Order: sequence, then structure tokens, then C-alpha cells
Amino acid sequence: MAFIQNFPFFSIIISLFSGAISSILNGRAARVLNRIVIIVVAVLSAVTLFYTWGTGTSYVFWMGHFPAPFGNEIRAGVLEAGMAVFFCLVMLLSLWGGREHLEEEIEGSKQNYYYILTNLLLCSLLALLYTNDLFTAYVFVEINTISACGLIMIRQNGRTIEAAVRYMIMSLLGSGMLLMGLCMLYDLTGHLLMSNIQEAVAILHASGEYKIPLTVTIGLMTVGLAIKSALFPFHTWVPDAYGYSTASSAAILSSLVSKGYIFLLIKIIYRVIGFETFHDTKIVNVLFVFGLAGMIFGSLSAIKEDDIRRMIAFSSVAQIGYIYMGIGMGTRAGMVAAIFHIFSHAATKALLFIAGVGLTDASGDNVRFIPLTGAAYRNKIAGVAFAAGSLSMVGMPLLSGFISKLLFAQAAVQNQGKLLPALIVLALSTILNAIYFIKTVIRIYTPVQSDFAGRRIKTQVLFAVSSVLLVVLNLYLGCMSQFLVDLIEKGLGMFA
Amino acid sequence: MSNEKEKSRFMRWLDGEKDIYEGNVELKPQKEYVLTPQRLSEQEQERRQLTERTNDVERNRVYLFFKSAYVVLAVAFCLTFIFVLLWAVSWLPPVGNAANPDNNEVSARYIERGLQETGAVNIVTGMILDYRAFDTLGESHVLFVATITVLVLLRKDKGKKEDNDRVYEPKNDTILQKVAFILVPMIMIFGIYIILNGHLSPGGGFSGGAIIGAGLILYLNAFGFAKTERFFTEKTYKIVSFCALSFYCLAKSYSFYTGANGLESGIPLGTPGAILSSGLILPLNICVGLVVACTMYAFYAIFRKGGF
Repeated sequence: MAFIQNFPFFSIIISLFSGAISSILNGRAARVLNRIVIIVVAVLSAVTLFYTWGTGTSYVFWMGHFPAPFGNEIRAGVLEAGMAVFFCLVMLLSLWGGREHLEEEIEGSKQNYYYILTNLLLCSLLALLYTNDLFTAYVFVEINTISACGLIMIRQNGRTIEAAVRYMIMSLLGSGMLLMGLCMLYDLTGHLLMSNIQEAVAILHASGEYKIPLTVTIGLMTVGLAIKSALFPFHTWVPDAYGYSTASSAAILSSLVSKGYIFLLIKIIYRVIGFETFHDTKIVNVLFVFGLAGMIFGSLSAIKEDDIRRMIAFSSVAQIGYIYMGIGMGTRAGMVAAIFHIFSHAATKALLFIAGVGLTDASGDNVRFIPLTGAAYRNKIAGVAFAAGSLSMVGMPLLSGFISKLLFAQAAVQNQGKLLPALIVLALSTILNAIYFIKTVIRIYTPVQSDFAGRRIKTQVLFAVSSVLLVVLNLYLGCMSQFLVDLIEKGLGMFA
Repeated sequence: MSNEKEKSRFMRWLDGEKDIYEGNVELKPQKEYVLTPQRLSEQEQERRQLTERTNDVERNRVYLFFKSAYVVLAVAFCLTFIFVLLWAVSWLPPVGNAANPDNNEVSARYIERGLQETGAVNIVTGMILDYRAFDTLGESHVLFVATITVLVLLRKDKGKKEDNDRVYEPKNDTILQKVAFILVPMIMIFGIYIILNGHLSPGGGFSGGAIIGAGLILYLNAFGFAKTERFFTEKTYKIVSFCALSFYCLAKSYSFYTGANGLESGIPLGTPGAILSSGLILPLNICVGLVVACTMYAFYAIFRKGGF
């Protein structure tokens, strides 16, 4: 076995171990360690990406001395490694961008806790990406849930505690359903390893045996993960959780945590249930309908919102709707579009949350719209970044949002049955997106003699760097999307 | 020189001190929005009316509708969900049937070759700490992250004196103290026994750690923080859990690394049945036990007022 093949395992263990180390460090040292860990993991994942890209196949890695159905095992392919690199990048930029706020909003003696939680969150995301075993996935879903909850409430005020309680209840409901589904699946197939379950499920599906419990199982797992990733109508925890937590947490939660669960769902569809079987259960149609509903209702709620952070949060609901619409199309092209949108939304939403906090800073920490008037003149970089993010979400060419809309439309055209609803809702949702995002951009670029006009914001270097890098990432995804699309196609090919 | 000047102008623009359009481009200023007292009072009134109408619980129709609708929907949803689950369970393979899918080669190997491959007489311990050690590594970090989250929520660094229930100490409940005096050593020894015998008999780190944690809590209740703080403070908790988790992480990383790369781990399994046997399982059980005991005690201490 090549030494490079150890890298996915190294990245999981490094991030796990750094959590324990951070518990004895002070805030500053923990922060440095956290940055080092993220960069090292990004590099390791990038090397894994090149390796798997070169060999053209995925490989499995034993976690212990026993082969697969007896011991644990992880599996690395192009898509997993690519996703890991991207997650690390977005996490690093989110933490940089929100650093000033983080230090202001979190008690000094509790800052190292923040980095313990981020390290463990990174570890759980990596494990969700790489795992080849359903029960391992469940264990790391638990870590993910608890640490996400901590990230919300570490900025301590009444709002965040309420948001964290909501998040906890909904998320635990989702975990519970996932666990029930997993237990029933074990009862039906006798395995926890993904590839073995897939073989057993294919046999069960062909023979028609245990049809009812199998359908219920697939439904439980899908709905559980849909709740955890905030698919409409399970989105009620989103605005509070993203709206009141500290900026880095909001960016990480919306662009990484929910995406980890969606990736697990995609993995379950391809590697556990099997794409054909999943398609035959008609659950795809349910996902499709709720995805469409989310695209409309998420945007409508965002239009009504008067708080910029909560508006961005509601926009996440709409974007998650897009992803589920892609999954719900039940075709390869739809899945590619959905995965591309995972990347594109992660880059854009982190950018919007970071830029949004820059704008509110320039308006005396006011999140309402009227005080925000002209904020882009007071904080130029935040203004440009917010405008770029908004245009990307609306679907302006050259930015990543355009490519994902294009891919969704192409996927819809290939699917006769779902062509009309998908295209109509896509167009409608684009208009709705434009209403609230362009409204905000015009608002921040309206000159005004406000109370804050005299109060300039000193340009913060890290904030500026991370905003600019996120804009560049967006432009890269928008202008040179072919590489990513190839990567997704190749990765999905390795899934099967 | 000119470069430096350029840069400073750019930075000035960036900081919003200079507007490059001003004086260079013909700007038509927008009519400014002036907040006259009349407009202000109108806005105030609108806002007040809106709040009043929203908070009028007796007549707010939307509120009343959702108040009853939520109850009805929640009950209906729960009943449907229960029905669907029961219905699905009724189709599952019957319990205890030898032909069930979960009676396959996996459990057969655990039973037949577990002792020989892991060296643990207790198959369950062999399974969770050797065959599926990665899951258990994750599971012990679930406990760790849960403690951290509780610390985030409840740890108080600055607080008034009456917030801290140590003001009611020292304790002098004679009955409790006498009982604890007899029971606590026995509980501790029993917990240690369960941890150390985890690979030989039913038990292990999780259950033994919970027993030790319970013993610590009883001791704290009987004698108060003044006594426990002689040997267990937040610092102790930090160091113990850090050492246990680090050892766990490093030991398992070694075994995963050697396992995946086809190397010999070089850890002797010993004679099955002896205390010092089954390779890494015994030290790992001790680590898990320490983490669990500390977590239980830490939870109790933090949930009382005042923290550690």
C-alpha cells in the first residue's frame, strides 16, 4: 500500500487529536493549532485528490487489523477528497473572516472551547465524507450535531440559547430517525458496511422480499438527513441558528454542516441503497416536491425579513431546496448539478455571512435594513463582497451561482416528467432571489448622511483577505467550472 | 515614491476617507430622506399598532389558528408516525430466528475467532475495542465534546457569591456521611474491578467509569466540595481527560496504521483469561473508564451552581 493512501486516515486522526490537545491550551494557542490543522488537512486531502485522480479508482483503508465486514473501514475517492479540500478552504476563510467578532463575542476564557468544537466538527465532517460504514457515519453525525450546537450557543445571549435548543431538538429528531432506519436496515441485511448492504439490498429488491420495511427504512434515513440539513418544511431552526450565532459559526454551519449531511445522503443513495432501488421507491419524487417548495417558500420568507442575517439564513433554505430538487430529479445529471450546487452554495453563503457582518459593523452593529443604508461606502470590501455574493446567488454569469442554475436547467431538460415544474420554479425562484438580494445591494449602495457616516471602519486585514479570497473562489467556480464538473462526474463514477 | 502614494490613496479609498468620484464626476445627489417629527410619530404609531395587534392573544386570529392547529397536527403526526413504525416492524424478520439475515458470517467470526484474534474472553469488549475500535474512538469523543458543550453553557467565571451553592458547606449530615464512608470505597473498588476485568467478564470502560463517577458524586454530596477539591478540580479533569484521550488516540492510530499497512503491531495478546492479556484492550478500557468517570462527575459539578 502506498504511503499516500494513509492520508485520509491521517487527516481524520489529526483533527480528532487536535480537539483533545486544544483542551489544555489557551485561546490563542488553540487558534494557531486550529489553523495549522486545517491547512495540514487541506494539503493531505489535496494530495489524496491528485493520487486518486491519477489512479482513476477509489480505494478502501482498513481501520485496524481486520478486513471489511468484521472491522471498520474508510474509503477515499476523487469526490470525497475534493470535497474535503473544499470544506477545509471554506472553514479556514470563514474563521479568518469572523475572527474579530469571535474574539469580541466569546468570553476570553472560553475561546479555546470554540477551537475544540471546530476541530471536532472538521473531524466529523471528514469522517462523514470518507466513511464506508453506516454505523461510523452515525457516530460522527453525533459529534457533528453536538459540536454544531456548541458553535451556536458559545456566543451567549438569550437568542442563541433559544436557537441552540431549537437546533438540538430538530437535529436530534433527525439523528433518531437516521438511527432507527439504520437499525432496521441492519435487521434486514445483517451488515453495517456500505458495500455489503448494497449487495443485500439489491437481492431483497429483486426478490421483492421485505418490501414494506425496506421502503420505510429508506424513508426514515432520507427524512432524518433532510431534517438535519434543513429541507423545507423542517427549516424552522435555520433563521435563529444562523442569524444570531457569531459570524464564523453561521458561515460554517450553513456552508459545511448541512452539506456534510447532504453528502452522507448522496452516499447512502449510491453506496447503500443503490441508485436504481432508491429511484424505484419514489422517494425521489417526494424530495423533488419539497425541494421545489423550499425554493419558493424560503425566498418568500427572506423577502419578508427585515434583518440582514436572518435574510441570508432564509436564503439558505431556498438554496438547500435547489440541492434537493437536483437529487429529486433522479438522474445522473441532476445529481451532478446538486453536488455542484453544494460547492457553489458553500462558497457563496460563507462569503455572504462574512460580508454581512462587515456591513453591520459599519452600521453600529445594527442588522435592520434602514441603518444599513449606505453601508457599502463605509466598508468598501464588505460592500463589494456582498454584492458579488448576491449576484452569484441570483445567478449572474461569471459567478458560481450561474453555473449551478445552468446545470440544474440542463438536468431538467433531460428529464421529461419533471421538466416543466423544475424550469418554472427555477425561474420563479431566481426572480424571488433577485428581489431580496438586489434590494439589499441597492440599499447598501444608497448614499446617506446617517449617524454612522462619520464613523469609518478601519480595514481589517484578515477580513479583507478572506472576503477577497471567497470572491475569487466564487469567480473560479463560475469561470472554470469544467474541472469541478469533471471531478464530480469522476467521483460519482467511483461511487457506483 | 509614487507607488507608495498610490497605495496610500487606495487605502484611503478603502477606508472610506476619500470618494474618488467626488469632484471628478458630475454627481446628482439623491433627495435625502428627512425624518420629520410627523413621519417619526407615524412610524411609531404604526409599530405600536402592529405590536398591539400581534400581542393581542385573545383576538389575534392567526395566533389562535396556529395554537389549535399545532396541537392537532402534532398529535396526528405522532399517531401516524407510531402507526407507520409499528406496521414496518411487524414485517421485520422475527426475533431469534436462526435464518435471520443478521446471523451471518460477521457474527459467526466474532463468536468463533474472537477470542483467538483479540485475546479478549468477553466478546463484546473484543468487538468494540478491537474489531470496531474506530467507532468506539468516535464514541468516546462524543462524551468529550458533550462535556465541552456543557462547559460552554454552564461554566461561570465571574459570579456573585450567592450564585455558588458552596456557601451551604461544610456539610454535616451524619447519616449520609456514615453511609458514604462505608459505601464509597466499595463502589470505587467495584468500578475499578469492572474496568480491569472488562476483557474477561461483562463490563468494561463505559460501565465501570459510570460506577466510579457515581461514587464520586456520592462522595461530593456527603462531604462537599471542600473535600473533593483536594483531589479533583477542573485542572484534574482537564489533565486526566486529556491524557486518556491522547493515549487512546495515539494507541489506536498506531494500531490502525499498522493494520492498514499490513505490518505486525508487535503487541502481545497474552494468555486469554489473564488480567494482563488481550493487547491494547486493557489500557483502552482504563482510558475509556477515566473519561466516563470524569465526564459524569464534571456534569454533576457543573450542573450544581458554581461549577467545579
